[in-house]
Amino acid sequence: MSPAPARSGFLPGTTEPHGSRPPAAAREQDRDAPCRRTAPRANDALTIESQAVAPQALASRAGASHAGRGAGTVRTPTALTQGSRTRGGIGESTQRPDGTLKVTGDFAYASDLWHEDMLWGFTLRSPHTHARILSVDLSEAYATPGVYAVLTHDDLPAETRYGLEIKDTPVLADGVVRYHGEPVALVAADHPETARRAAAKIKVAYEQLPTVTDEESATAPGAPLLHPGRDDHHAGHVPHPNIVHRQPVRRGDVVAARARAEVVVTGDYEVGMQDQAFLGPESGLAVPAEDGGVDLYIATQWLHADLRQIAPVLGLPEDKVRMTLSGVGGAFGGREDLSMQAHACLLALRTGRPVKMVYNRFESFFGHVHRHPAKLHYEHGATRDGTLLYVSCRIVLDGGAYASSSPAVVGNAASLAVGPYVVDNVDSEALALYTNNPPCGAMRGFGAVQACFAYEAQMDKLAAALEMDPVELRQRNAMAQGAVMPTGQIVDSPAPVAELLRRVKALPLPPEREWESAGGPPDVRALPGGLSNTTHGEGVVRGVGYAVGIKNVGFSEGFDDYSTARVRLETVGGQPVATVHTAMAEVGQGGVTVHAQIARTELGVAQVTIRPADTRVGSAGSTSASRQTYVTGGAVRHACEAVREKVLELGRARFAAYHPAWNHAELLLEGGKVVTDAGEVLADLADVLEGEAVDVELEWRHRPTEAFDPRTGQGNGHVQYSFAAHRAVVEVDTELGLVKVVELACAQDVGKALNPLSVVGQIQGGTTQGLGLAVMEEIVVAADGRVRNPSFTDYLIPTILDTPAIPVDMLELADDHAPYGLRGVGEAPTLSSTPAVVAAIRAATGLPLKRVPVRPEHLTGT
Amino acid sequence: MDFLRPGSWEEALAAKAEHPTAVPIAGGTDVMVEINFDHRRPEYLLDLNRIGDLYEWEIGDRDVRLGASVPYTRIMAELRDPLPGLALASHTVGSPQIRNRGSVGGNLGAASPAGDAHPALLAAGADVEAESVRGTRLIPVEEFYTGVKRNALAPDELIRAVRIRKADGPQQFSKVGTRNAMVIAVCAFGLALHPQTRTVRTGIGSAAPTPVRARAAEDFLAAALEEGGFWESGADLAPSLARQFAELAAGACNPIDDVRGSARYRRHAVGVMARRTLGWTWDAYRGRERNTRCA
Repeated sequence: MSPAPARSGFLPGTTEPHGSRPPAAAREQDRDAPCRRTAPRANDALTIESQAVAPQALASRAGASHAGRGAGTVRTPTALTQGSRTRGGIGESTQRPDGTLKVTGDFAYASDLWHEDMLWGFTLRSPHTHARILSVDLSEAYATPGVYAVLTHDDLPAETRYGLEIKDTPVLADGVVRYHGEPVALVAADHPETARRAAAKIKVAYEQLPTVTDEESATAPGAPLLHPGRDDHHAGHVPHPNIVHRQPVRRGDVVAARARAEVVVTGDYEVGMQDQAFLGPESGLAVPAEDGGVDLYIATQWLHADLRQIAPVLGLPEDKVRMTLSGVGGAFGGREDLSMQAHACLLALRTGRPVKMVYNRFESFFGHVHRHPAKLHYEHGATRDGTLLYVSCRIVLDGGAYASSSPAVVGNAASLAVGPYVVDNVDSEALALYTNNPPCGAMRGFGAVQACFAYEAQMDKLAAALEMDPVELRQRNAMAQGAVMPTGQIVDSPAPVAELLRRVKALPLPPEREWESAGGPPDVRALPGGLSNTTHGEGVVRGVGYAVGIKNVGFSEGFDDYSTARVRLETVGGQPVATVHTAMAEVGQGGVTVHAQIARTELGVAQVTIRPADTRVGSAGSTSASRQTYVTGGAVRHACEAVREKVLELGRARFAAYHPAWNHAELLLEGGKVVTDAGEVLADLADVLEGEAVDVELEWRHRPTEAFDPRTGQGNGHVQYSFAAHRAVVEVDTELGLVKVVELACAQDVGKALNPLSVVGQIQGGTTQGLGLAVMEEIVVAADGRVRNPSFTDYLIPTILDTPAIPVDMLELADDHAPYGLRGVGEAPTLSSTPAVVAAIRAATGLPLKRVPVRPEHLTGT
Repeated sequence: MDFLRPGSWEEALAAKAEHPTAVPIAGGTDVMVEINFDHRRPEYLLDLNRIGDLYEWEIGDRDVRLGASVPYTRIMAELRDPLPGLALASHTVGSPQIRNRGSVGGNLGAASPAGDAHPALLAAGADVEAESVRGTRLIPVEEFYTGVKRNALAPDELIRAVRIRKADGPQQFSKVGTRNAMVIAVCAFGLALHPQTRTVRTGIGSAAPTPVRARAAEDFLAAALEEGGFWESGADLAPSLARQFAELAAGACNPIDDVRGSARYRRHAVGVMARRTLGWTWDAYRGRERNTRCA
């Protein structure tokens, strides 16, 4: 199959000449020779041209409001953002190259990878939550015709453990299984069904061991230790070896403040285990190479972190493990940890054949980490006028059997535990447990989601105790630029918390009782239950609730969080073309679109080719923590600037003698030409380059951060903060306990919207994911640690009929420390959405509702 | 796994007689899921998709004879008048794609207590037309469900059609799920008023090992309507009457706690749905009475 028709098909609205595109695309295809039979991947060598969306289209998508509304709220940090004359630059809603393909089903995901002669890998998983492996009998599995390899822990060639932060995760179970679904053995066969059946013939004798499943059992005297003999860097300071990491944050004097407090509210809250529920299951293709190495085509969130963990397991130097990003069907944190990456490579190297692995939906629920379920205890004290005096809290996160990113999740939960409020006296701690429950790690919101549900519930409770409007109470205590976090860090960029609340509150409320029609039957679609026809208005009560949250952007606590970008400028067919190459994982966030926009703005060229993300270029860091536009976008920008300087040097060398402006004016690249800042054209880029290519690869870092003090939590731990506020309007069927979210309005400061349409999409998506946590999404874990609902039949995520209108009010208050003043946007809307919905349900029902997701049983007392 | 593709109903019956373990497949919305997840690995699949008769229906004096493979989409679009309860239930089945493929015959074959069609069939009154090379028999739908995912079919029988009483009065269907679409019933309730026979019929889904009728509730309501002269007067029903009907409906449940809901909630919700659907059907009945009188 030739990729060409698909490519020409997905750029229908091209507004620029086509001259160079076919050769550029063809050149890139050759690199995929081993996978030529694979259907084209939309993120292969995209030639992205400008496709601006009409402003009115955006306005309708965004609801009643849109970017930059309100004079004086928009600041542009640099001259370059004031509108490049090259179309399709930053600030425009250029369309995503993968959008139409995904909607029409033509996008090729990693699960579509294909290679001649490939084998299929399958994973045998533990049926037990904690058990010793007494024996493994592979003979029948080996004897199955079509089976090429069966691997267990004993067959591992080198390192046997890996992990994002702590190397505690066995590649294959090493004599003990610690959670339901842990990989025990691998099979490669010539057909996926053969592999599955052969795996079923592996006879594993288990001796079940006692389990720990919560704080009490995990820290009880004599509790079985998940990882005896820990020597990781947290082992020394944790109060119990079944605690992965604990982070206190202490500031001021809570004891003294408590004595002064006129109103105190306490509460215990619980957050269920949410799943990322990405639609494209874990999948990839490992192809053994003649040099003894392996090429891995993979859906992941961070190629280089995978590489760092895979290579030691394979016993190969990193340059022999070559990774290329394949089509990724969503991530949300669930692809930060390895799943089948090392397994497929091990099978490929063992058999000498390409090996593909694809989890089905059931297996996917066991194949990635989930959001930490949490138990949170909070105490807020305030004066009678509603000024917060202190917050004391304890957040217990269940990390499950292996560490994954639990330590960083703990750091977030602890440092953001109080929310976007000014509180001088804080005594908080967060910790993550080792238990025999499913491993938990990264998911959109990363520790801040759990805290936000609790502190916002507390703010409502405090407002009720003070008989005060809950928005007014929040605004009274809202932080602003210059505020000091409980960690001692000064918030040194805009923090418009009160303004965000004001904006969502000021929006008109959706009309009441919209299901009623004069004389006719009710429109049940507007009611809880929808077409399930459970109410025609009986028992239905409206509620309105508010919440606001704070999320850090980027990797924190001293992590060297850099990105690498390579940018090349050359002429092809007489036209200047920029090529951007990074290892950034495009997981649906729109990074490839933004990179092209940055290159157009900085280099003034219409045509930008985005190279496939792979490990031939340096790390781009993770596509997580709301960081990619900031950090990899920043790297692309700086690489473009370096290219521009080199181009101008070339130009000066060639043409300075002909025009004084070359040496004396501010020069820009615009519309394929070198121009002065006054707009005078000095030369065509093609003439400056004269067939030469200018090529720059560089690493770019944001401001460094510091570790938190292990005892006090003090430290400049975060790079940037982002804020969003929600107002939820719900209709609750109070008799049946069913909820319809009617509207979920969001106001968020995004610093600078590089692609407003994408930003609105992120906000709406994050908002919807938060709605899911509020009313339906939970992995139900039985008392013994087994997962009870590993399917989309019983793990429910919102459908379009559950998704309300989401008007988005986007502020653009520049953060002068960030590229273009931007602020990471992906996670903040996930935080406040959940507590806003629950606050609205509380308002409708008067129930305390201390746990999410809220179930009909909670609302009906059944 | 052998794939049998009969070209006619007679061939299908012969194939089923020869291979009684054959699993019939039409829309495949249930069977394929089970096969794909390897929950089931039948020796034979009996493909009914070539048998056009199964996609047709006939409207008779008393019944709609609904071919086993008629998809829900067509029931919603074309059979709303004679089968209002089943049309409402069809709306709640899966997604549009599932409704384009899934059929009442499949729901009956699978006999899941959560099947959306069952409460509507129970409330309307229906007979399952089961056929084999030995002949045809009509199984009253309330006798068709014999256990969790078990039905009264003999190994050599196939469902040809289901004969559903045409509505002679208002019908309603309600289903509780924890999202607003594409959800398996936590519990469901169907109610049909039958003014011609002055009876009431109900159907409960997902709140007992099989779909069941709430017979005590039906008898109570029928007696109360009769004794109070309500069928003639169309008078308001006292809240206490609706409440008792609801309690009896809830009492007919024998639910379990599972990942979709608690037993207590199911019992409670069936009661609420019984009360509400009674209100809606009675309002419709009274409205019609009034309209009739006006005319």
